[in-house]
Amino acid sequence: MEINGYKKEFELYSYGHGNKKQKKVQTTKKNSSLYKIKKSVSDLLDEINIQDGMTLSFHHHLRNGDYVLNMVIEEIAKRNIKDICLFTSSIFPCHEPLVEHIKKGTVTQIYAAYISGPVANAINNGLLQKPVIMHTHGGRPRIIESGEVTIDVSFIAVPTCDQKGNINGSIGKSACGSLGYAYTDAYYGKHTVVITDNLVDKLDEIHIEGQFIDSIITIDSIGDASKIVSGTTKITQNPIGLKIARLTTEVIKHSGYFRDGFSFQTGAGGTSLAVADYLKALMLQEKIKGSFASGGITGYLVDMHEKGLFEKLYDVQCFDLEAIRSIRENPNHIPISASKYANINDDCIVSDLDFVILGATEIDLDFNVNVTTTSIGEIMGGSGGHSDTAFGAKVTIIVSQLFNARIPVIKDKVICKTTPGETVDVLVTERGIAVNPKRSDLIEKLEKTNLPLMTIEELKNISDQLIGVPQDISFTNDLIGVVEYRDGTVIDFLYKRNENEEK
Amino acid sequence: MELLKPSKAGTYESNDIYIMLFPGQGKTSIELESVVFDTFGSQIKSVIQDVLEEYGIQNVMVKAVDKGALDFTIRARMITAIIRGASNE
Amino acid sequence: MNRLRRSLLFIPGNSPGMLQNADVFDADSIIIDLEDSVSIDEKDSARCLLKELTNAISYQNVETIVRVNPFETKYYEQDIDAIKSLGIDTILLPKADIQSVKDLDKRLSLVNSRIKIMVLIETALGVEQVFNILNATPRCIGLMLGGEDLCVDLMCERSKSGEELLYARTRVVNAARALKKSVIDTPFTDTSDEEGLINDTIFAKNIGFNGKASINPRQIHTINRIFTPSIQEIKYAKRVIEANEKALKEGKGVFSLDGKMVDLPVIKRAEIIMAIAKNIGLVNMSGDNHGN
Repeated sequence: MEINGYKKEFELYSYGHGNKKQKKVQTTKKNSSLYKIKKSVSDLLDEINIQDGMTLSFHHHLRNGDYVLNMVIEEIAKRNIKDICLFTSSIFPCHEPLVEHIKKGTVTQIYAAYISGPVANAINNGLLQKPVIMHTHGGRPRIIESGEVTIDVSFIAVPTCDQKGNINGSIGKSACGSLGYAYTDAYYGKHTVVITDNLVDKLDEIHIEGQFIDSIITIDSIGDASKIVSGTTKITQNPIGLKIARLTTEVIKHSGYFRDGFSFQTGAGGTSLAVADYLKALMLQEKIKGSFASGGITGYLVDMHEKGLFEKLYDVQCFDLEAIRSIRENPNHIPISASKYANINDDCIVSDLDFVILGATEIDLDFNVNVTTTSIGEIMGGSGGHSDTAFGAKVTIIVSQLFNARIPVIKDKVICKTTPGETVDVLVTERGIAVNPKRSDLIEKLEKTNLPLMTIEELKNISDQLIGVPQDISFTNDLIGVVEYRDGTVIDFLYKRNENEEK
Repeated sequence: MELLKPSKAGTYESNDIYIMLFPGQGKTSIELESVVFDTFGSQIKSVIQDVLEEYGIQNVMVKAVDKGALDFTIRARMITAIIRGASNE
Repeated sequence: MNRLRRSLLFIPGNSPGMLQNADVFDADSIIIDLEDSVSIDEKDSARCLLKELTNAISYQNVETIVRVNPFETKYYEQDIDAIKSLGIDTILLPKADIQSVKDLDKRLSLVNSRIKIMVLIETALGVEQVFNILNATPRCIGLMLGGEDLCVDLMCERSKSGEELLYARTRVVNAARALKKSVIDTPFTDTSDEEGLINDTIFAKNIGFNGKASINPRQIHTINRIFTPSIQEIKYAKRVIEANEKALKEGKGVFSLDGKMVDLPVIKRAEIIMAIAKNIGLVNMSGDNHGN
């Protein structure tokens, strides 16, 4: 099988994949020029001789407030450049202008770990010429290091930069905190461009060294600060979410891994945050101290760190203003690169995780999880660090409502396999807890409690009886995407939906 | 039962369905909008159809806006709408 | 021993989203409300929804109670007609007095219904008549105190500390205990005040209530915890019962445990604690009472 624009030889994922080290290319760049500052993006594009078919990289630390990607692509489109490959870490609704550039063939290929909003819809509708490659957060640095993709130009949006190109993400009016996804772009781009709205003479604290940067451009604003991070992230007020969080905390407590020095990661969703909140109370009560919490960092984890509950925070991305404050102030709140976070070739943090709490759009009877598409098979999301952390953590817990608004979480088969079931250990829902049968150690421990344990088949039966069994979704043979596992094997394919089906 | 006037029941809340009945249309039709149209559309329509038959209702246009209601809710909202439409009050 | 009723959760009767998940919050009883939480225009909807719900879904391990509209309203009769043959356990009768509880009993008896009655005592007259209301029919299995409406009737402010309810609380507990029926405390309505909930619930337990009503699922865990015997209590109760059995075999009337005399009230209390513990599945467990 040959996929337009994708590596010629690829291996399909099979059980046991996910940790095969590859050769890692070392970066040797040393650009100590004192004349890096360029007048404008337009000038720069002339200077570097931008051409059809180039691969351009962007990171997503400005999240849904990002101005930079749209601005650069707009400039490129003006030059009538075609066939650009966007190597981004994620795409958000704010990137809607991309849809036009996709339609016109300016952009024909996208690599990303997460895509939501109008660009996802455009891909679902088959507008992107080459299939989208959905990688993982840890997979992204691996793809570059291994030479599978070469970045021609890295465009790195940066909240603060000095004259030498040294970078700090935590200060400036557009501060976003950790710049975890930008390291790969800085280290491996053939030409690296910083775009900033806060150029200073000299930086004391540096996240990425200026030696990796070739050009610096200043603009008025790199993003809408109110959309870059949330003011505060809040735990759910939904009583079902709270019940799931409470059960999850009990699973953690009785898993056998809840002991001094344990490590923990959770997302920024309301239920995941509620787990952090209950866990805090449990740690205080049981006088247990953890070694580190990692991943996207929120105020809840900062609070636990500052109360001494986690010795360190390894931060690839800040989710709220508290996290940004903390990364500036707390020496043990440590910014890390996406490679250090989750790359199989690196000595990565996820491999040291005891617990990770993750969500799911769908989970099937083999515990495979889909967070890439909706329950009707349209791309809306992606692994991000989902499959990386699930692989690394000793106890991977999926938290989800059994169903909501007649959309069930448990299916016979997931529409898209984002995270393989062999790396998923526990599903916690409001009506019961299912443990992956291969984790007999966990089952044995949890059976001694009065937690509502059942098989995933039993949970699915409860769901089916309450809401009925949804009709299958049918797809065409038009390939719109490739889902790439963290080790570069292809774990699933995404097809265009069949719109002509009888409804 | 005979519908004497247009009627409605239900809400637009999540997990509910909003039903509107317009009698005297010459034939029965069901116009459904649903957040789970692809996976439960035909099931929802068949529940609506069943209730119409149970109550012997013909020549009605059913407009339904579904927010993920389960069958018992769909039935309840249909029955409430029918009883309201059949009442003289 | 009465059915275990530590926590009783009110669910708005016209809200499908809440109704379909009412049994996941670990309340011992669910009270589907046709009264205050359903607007006048939607009384018919809620009745119909309740009927279809009970035909389709059976709640797991929980008592299903329906709060009907008060006897003096025009909705009362329609409510009773609609629900008297449904698969529910109990009707909660608001603003109960002797006349209304007798009327409800009569209506249920006419159709040989097995549905029980719980009375909601929320008027000054109701408090004064509570013994006779509870005693009006064997169908009546207990009472709930309704603090908000009672305060209106008493022409006083409802306070968090609840001094104004002290008389009513102790009086209804005494009447219910005299008749060996369930007695449930009024909800604590500030759902953001966890400490206030804890204090109010501990107070209710200490003066003899079996359990407490709630209007928010988030309160259930706390209420259950307070009305659940601790592991220490259960262990002690178990030892009392074992020692008692041994004493009986040996023909001793009175015996001592840990240097303390154990008499009949101590044994009875131990039996009650063990009955509750068994009911919740806490017996034979060495760990703590997690997961509820």
